[in-house]
Amino acid sequence: MSISRRDFLKIAGISSLGIGFSATDLLWKNAEAVEYMTSPKGLKAKRWAMVVDVRKFKTEGDYKRVIDICNRIHNVPDFGNTKDEVKWIWTDTFEHVFPFQQNKYLPETVQEKPFVLLCNHCDNPPCVRVCPTQATFKMKDGIVAQDYHRCIGCRFCMAACPFGARSFNWRDPRPFIKHVNPDFPTRTKGVVEKCNFCVERLEKGLRPACVEVSNGGLIFGDLADPGSEVRKILSTHYSLRRKAELGTRPSVFYIIGGDEDA
Amino acid sequence: MYDAGKIIIGLIIFLAFATFPFYSNMGKAVAKPDPKLNTPVIQQMKVKQCVESKKFMRAKHMQLLINWRNAALRRGERLYKGSDGRITEISLQNQCLRCHSNKRNFCDECHNYVAVNPYCWDCHFYAPKEANNEH
Amino acid sequence: MLEKALTGSRRYWGWIFFLLAVIGVGFMFYLRQFAYGLGITGMSRDVSWGLYIGQFTFLVGVAASAVMLVVPYYLHDFKKFGKILILGEFLAVASVVMCIFFIMVDMGQPMRVMNIVLHPTPNSIMFWDAIVLNGYLLLNIVIGWTTLGADRKEVPPPTWVKPLIYLSIPWAISIHTVTAFLYAGLPGRPFWLSAIMAARFLASAFAAGPAFLIILALLVRKLTKFDPGKEPIQALGKIVTYAMITSVFFLILEVFTAFYSQIPGHMLSFEYLYAGLDGFGKMVPIMWISTVLAVVAIILLIIPGTRKNESILAFACAAVFVSLWIDKGFGLIVGGFVPNPFERVTEYWPTLPETIIAIGVWAIGFLVITVLYKVAISVREEQIESESNTH
Repeated sequence: MSISRRDFLKIAGISSLGIGFSATDLLWKNAEAVEYMTSPKGLKAKRWAMVVDVRKFKTEGDYKRVIDICNRIHNVPDFGNTKDEVKWIWTDTFEHVFPFQQNKYLPETVQEKPFVLLCNHCDNPPCVRVCPTQATFKMKDGIVAQDYHRCIGCRFCMAACPFGARSFNWRDPRPFIKHVNPDFPTRTKGVVEKCNFCVERLEKGLRPACVEVSNGGLIFGDLADPGSEVRKILSTHYSLRRKAELGTRPSVFYIIGGDEDA
Repeated sequence: MYDAGKIIIGLIIFLAFATFPFYSNMGKAVAKPDPKLNTPVIQQMKVKQCVESKKFMRAKHMQLLINWRNAALRRGERLYKGSDGRITEISLQNQCLRCHSNKRNFCDECHNYVAVNPYCWDCHFYAPKEANNEH
Repeated sequence: MLEKALTGSRRYWGWIFFLLAVIGVGFMFYLRQFAYGLGITGMSRDVSWGLYIGQFTFLVGVAASAVMLVVPYYLHDFKKFGKILILGEFLAVASVVMCIFFIMVDMGQPMRVMNIVLHPTPNSIMFWDAIVLNGYLLLNIVIGWTTLGADRKEVPPPTWVKPLIYLSIPWAISIHTVTAFLYAGLPGRPFWLSAIMAARFLASAFAAGPAFLIILALLVRKLTKFDPGKEPIQALGKIVTYAMITSVFFLILEVFTAFYSQIPGHMLSFEYLYAGLDGFGKMVPIMWISTVLAVVAIILLIIPGTRKNESILAFACAAVFVSLWIDKGFGLIVGGFVPNPFERVTEYWPTLPETIIAIGVWAIGFLVITVLYKVAISVREEQIESESNTH
């Protein structure tokens, strides 16, 4: 039997496609008969949230404690310049934290006081909406997480975040981590990172590190549970969220407080 | 055949390129990879068994790690129940490397042999105790 | 037909090797960026996109503008565009190629680019942008190559190309609309949060693209035996005129909304770009250069006498191109990031390696244009020869 060159090429093409498909099948088939489970000792919630009780932050040390513990346990690098800067939790003053709420007749204490800033873990997060690879995504408990393995470094999420919560690794962060925490990975150049609400601690049954050292300045809990600490304080105190008008529904609340509710 | 000369020269050049890996490595014997299992933790184990069988781990550890990563990081499921029913905490740094603390004599043995360079170590520490001395 | 690009004059080869050298230098700097990270550029935590994404945005527009030849020729039977249609289509191919390279050099983890395909995410505009750009590239290669091949054999193009050509019209609009949507749907960036963004993008694209095409057509006439003709160039000139006026009009609409409403978030970026903010004003001189060039170009284009003079037309087109390149390829991106979400100003300026890498990508684009135009023009020259032989 003789076949024409055209037919031969057709058959060769189709069979190479077949070989290709069977190879991808081998690559992805998952032979282990297994189950994945959440840890029973982990803290569970429907909607994690944080309240920043600004009144409780009195001395420089109060801010330094919460920032330092986060940087240390998460291996956040310190480049010593603003261009390469990576931040998970930091501070700024009222007019920069709430740019459109600024009014010059506010009490001086409010105007000059630093406010703790971190990722808002929005309920309707624009960063998640724009990410082309689902490298940033919302977990079932509301935490906006970042999968550094999947991030392609397009920085669309940084343009989308109205809160400046995201940092990019403009260069290799490792040489700029002063004290390495060997239990937590670092990041690599070319990926975006941010506060993760200490998801790795919640899964071990621990509250976020900043909350633990804040002496009550940071309150953490389940927004969906009416009996939770965050709900209790929110129902008795007037609170603000950053740029709430943008509809991202931030899960970080600020209690600024005048004297009357101190 | 039209332009036979040009075609034959082209074919020779192509073959020279395509076979480059073979003749450039000819005569150079590369030692067979020999991943070592002699770490203190493994030596103290009564049953020397990883989370899955040796055969499975050898062929599929990369898929297992990808599944582990997606389970832990994306779904918050940090416990793995293996095919023999044992439950293991999911963590490359704090679990895999607890036993296989000899990255150079274990991971690198095969990875170097097959010339792959997984980027795990750009972020994860392979020698936790040395992490602070590294810099 | 590609073999036509393999024979050429000494000048042709000189230009090719010059471009290859520029690409080589750009590539060396890219390797440095690859090793060090994007910190080699002027970008920062606050201005996290810069020259690369600006060039990408601008060039998507140049690519889309091929439709300004396709629509008159195929929908309005404007036969005079017949000979230069191919120049528009091949310019689109080169522009999309540059777009893809600019995206690649801007990525923090370029090795993981296939993650966009492995984890398709329809809610991300970037996902759609990847689809429409690659689709548009494919459409233009297929259409351009097939119609040129048919032309060469002096037969009508195969019938299956027609639907593709009609498809390419809305597709061209879509690439620039989707690119505008990258910006126009972000809640925290008031400078970009504007419904007119896509329309403004298209208007500036239909000015900058045809302006560039006029310059290329005049160059082709000067350097080769193929004359694209006076009339098509004049027709393109009118398209540039209308589009440029529309583009400036849309910009004025943005300025009105920002400043009459007096909403600070909407005004601050304009203030930074055109007047400086908090003592920072790096962008002010080039933004005013862009403005002056736009005004001069519009005057020269509106007056029939100057528009019909080809040297003045060429100058006006260069002014349009540079003006829009500054406005869209640079100002638009930086303006969106200044001030930052904390209403603080961090300035951006491209570094030398960043600039050289960008020039390298442009050189790749010029290489693609040169090779494709060489093929197209050789076919046209053949036609001229066979015509003169028969007479």
